[in-house]
Amino acid sequence: MFHWNGRGDRPALLTEKDVWSYERLTEEADGIAAHVGRRCLVFLLTKNVPEAIAGYVGFLSHGIVPVMVDAALDAELLAELVVRYRPSFIWTPQARKAEFVGAEGAFSLGDYVLLDRRETAPFPLAEELALLMTTSGSTGSPKLVRQSYANLEANTASIIEYLHITPEERAITNLPLHYVYGLSILNTYLTAGASLVVTEKSFFSREFWRLMREQRVTSLGGVPYTYAMLKRLRFFQMDLPALRTLTQAGGKLDPELHAAFAEDCAQKGRRFFVMYGAAEATARMGYLPAELACAKVGSMGKAIPGGRFELLDDAGKIVTEAGRIGELVYYGDNVTMGYATSGKDLSRGDERQGRYVTGDLAQFDADGIYTIVGRKKRFLKIFGKRTNLEEVEHILRRWLAETGSSAEVACAGVDDHLYVFVTDGAMAGKVVPYLSSKLGLHFSAFAAKFIPALPKSASGKTLYRELEQYYDV
Amino acid sequence: MNDNMKKYLEVFETMFQVDEAKAKTLNYQDVVAWDSIGHMDLIATLEDTFDIEMETNDIIDFSSFAKGVEILRKYGIDLGE
Repeated sequence: MFHWNGRGDRPALLTEKDVWSYERLTEEADGIAAHVGRRCLVFLLTKNVPEAIAGYVGFLSHGIVPVMVDAALDAELLAELVVRYRPSFIWTPQARKAEFVGAEGAFSLGDYVLLDRRETAPFPLAEELALLMTTSGSTGSPKLVRQSYANLEANTASIIEYLHITPEERAITNLPLHYVYGLSILNTYLTAGASLVVTEKSFFSREFWRLMREQRVTSLGGVPYTYAMLKRLRFFQMDLPALRTLTQAGGKLDPELHAAFAEDCAQKGRRFFVMYGAAEATARMGYLPAELACAKVGSMGKAIPGGRFELLDDAGKIVTEAGRIGELVYYGDNVTMGYATSGKDLSRGDERQGRYVTGDLAQFDADGIYTIVGRKKRFLKIFGKRTNLEEVEHILRRWLAETGSSAEVACAGVDDHLYVFVTDGAMAGKVVPYLSSKLGLHFSAFAAKFIPALPKSASGKTLYRELEQYYDV
Repeated sequence: MNDNMKKYLEVFETMFQVDEAKAKTLNYQDVVAWDSIGHMDLIATLEDTFDIEMETNDIIDFSSFAKGVEILRKYGIDLGE
């Protein structure tokens, strides 16, 4: 990845005050990598700044394996990840330096510093391992996805092909880099020789929209919640003449929003791509071609170039009829090697062999266009972030035990609405503030309900279905 | 305090879980709940409460309780004082 030549002073990264050419990006990236100096594990605490991107480019192009971690991750959860994976170096904003006791500053660039942990017992790394991504940004889950160099190259090439990303295109970093969708935008735009406007500004600042206009951003990506916000921000009335492409991923877009954006884009001569993916498939597995955006509202499309979908029924047989529901399975070179739950897993090889069982339930229509209709696994997307309900339950159980409560807890819900059921009335009122701060997610996504006893099966398993009657949405 | 002000205050008090005195001096990001997502909820609730539709720049500029009073006035919502 990122072995580009002959791009010289063409712009790679644009900030409010500065332009980083491809040449400068390469130099800075090489400089950071040189201070690491060997293949090893590095924690990269991500912010949308050029220094973080330079670290990423430097590590990937020099065989150094980064774990992409949100720079805003809770300190306790970050410390647990460090203990579990024993990174040799940390590339972090200065502000979090003090948390890494005993680590020495080896190099700095802008607001970022390279810390050498003097790790004496690092875990061995599999030869093809390129990158580790968290499966959930906010629960600090120790479960990481192991991505190979071949995975990244395959997915990047495929996305560039179906989105037709040319060197003239320009994206903006409104999604985080510890998130596979945000990272895939970085990978594809840089590989295509295009440029990226790098900002930490949000939609809620005039500065963001000023950058969109002045830097003539051509492409904007977002998760379902982003689209809900854009609509409320009167996006349809904004004057953004350079904008040509909108992409959506990170969960199923509400069909009403899908229709509204598809129609608005069609009128303005823009392309709107609804897409489908997962960290386990590097980033992208499916996309709805822009010309079908209006006709196939609610659908996520077909497999990306080089990939293939298949549906399996309950008996494990391949579904061949349109309209029948089955579990979605994806085949492609971007299917990652597998998970790691601790440092000793980093030496493991490819455990998936190009096949990923998604856990999503889907159907296809007569034109072979797929629609996601449900989910087999127990997780929700909260504001586009995958949130594993079992991990949230684990966090809550530990917290309840620490406060001396022996209450039982169960989590359920739908996207953007997580319900916590707890058998202790006094604790119920404290759940929402605790979870909101622990996960760094807005409290409106959570509701806590007191329940005298959890519904259980004869074998003692929680019956989550029976909790659905308590949802307010 | 007129009816509009009562409604306006109530929105702040419920949304951001603050009392009247705190609500009146509240700025964007003063409390955890008033982040970008809380902001969108605030705008949607105010639009429903007063049956108005705000423009992008007004949504972005809605940076405090006091600033909101000014902005709502532009939409013909008189909050007194």
